[in-house]
Amino acid sequence: MYGRKVKLRFFFILLIITTLALSVFLLVKSLEENVIFFKSPTEIKTLSEIGEKKIRIGGMVKKESITIISKEIRFIVTDFKNEINVVYSGVVPNLFAEEKGVVAEGYLKDKNFFLATKILAKHDENYMPPEVKAALEEK
Amino acid sequence: MFKYFEPNKIFSITSKAPKYVLFLFIVILSIGLTEALILSPEDYKQSHSVRIMYVHVPAAWISLGIFSAITFLSIVGYIFKIRNFFLIAKSLAPSGLVFNIIALVTGSIWGKPTWGTWWAWDARITSMLILALFYIMYLVAWRIFEDNDKAFKVTSIITILGIINVPIIKYSVDWWNTLHQPASINILSKSSIHISMLFPLMTMTAAFALFSLLIFLMKYNTELIKIKNKGLDRL
Repeated sequence: MYGRKVKLRFFFILLIITTLALSVFLLVKSLEENVIFFKSPTEIKTLSEIGEKKIRIGGMVKKESITIISKEIRFIVTDFKNEINVVYSGVVPNLFAEEKGVVAEGYLKDKNFFLATKILAKHDENYMPPEVKAALEEK
Repeated sequence: MFKYFEPNKIFSITSKAPKYVLFLFIVILSIGLTEALILSPEDYKQSHSVRIMYVHVPAAWISLGIFSAITFLSIVGYIFKIRNFFLIAKSLAPSGLVFNIIALVTGSIWGKPTWGTWWAWDARITSMLILALFYIMYLVAWRIFEDNDKAFKVTSIITILGIINVPIIKYSVDWWNTLHQPASINILSKSSIHISMLFPLMTMTAAFALFSLLIFLMKYNTELIKIKNKGLDRL
């Protein structure tokens, strides 16, 4: 139906896209370590060594784990499998709360203790009016 | 060889259509903004900052949609040598870039009060920035290459390179740990956004789509006038 040239150009484009998609896939795959924004407590537990470099950890702030002692705030980050104690002094974002997502940037002292220099609150994908939230909680 | 087409017929549409599209855009935008800023409820967690979402999400959708459309048009235009497709793609690009920048800026404004930072080198945000760079490359290429046939080829290559990034943007939030939240609206499963917030979101998306259509028609009209001014009645 179509000319030979049209078919040739079609395969040419197809080939370019496949090659590019594969190369980008491999590239991103090999750089996965740097692509992820934060590590979960479980990933921290499986680390072979504790580096000196600044890293980010993320997960949920464990229920009833926030304690404030003068300027210092302590809480536990959990992914419901493993936990890490975090210590931080400074301002926390508005959305920082127990049972909500958090990303902490700072230094890992050991596999259970993290010294944060910056706290970011993570927002989840749920959007609803307060009344609906209240109704959901009643159930 | 590129196929020829008759711009006169299309010109009669593109020179008249903008005023109707503009009217419709103003109507839909007024409805959308009233819903988004006044009628819709605040969020249980982020309260009024949720309203930024009604601009941010539609803008991001439109910019991704336009880039996909540009790529499709360029590839089909290249395979079948249809010049008109390249002009359509060229006329679509500016509003795509504008919405891409709007998505980045509103995201940043939203990020400060909610996350606690203006910017993070997170997979979603960075890949969106890369898309903006591809848009800029695409538009600059049209300016650099005055010879049309050359511009067609170079811009096609740019879109093909850029389209690899589009699924990365879409799935970055599912593949990796990102600061950006995953998608709230899913076609296959239940959406995690309340219906009272979904409605203004969809209205705003329609309004932005109409705005893109308006800018597209005006740009495309200009392209056709350029052809006419060259004294050609065909391209």
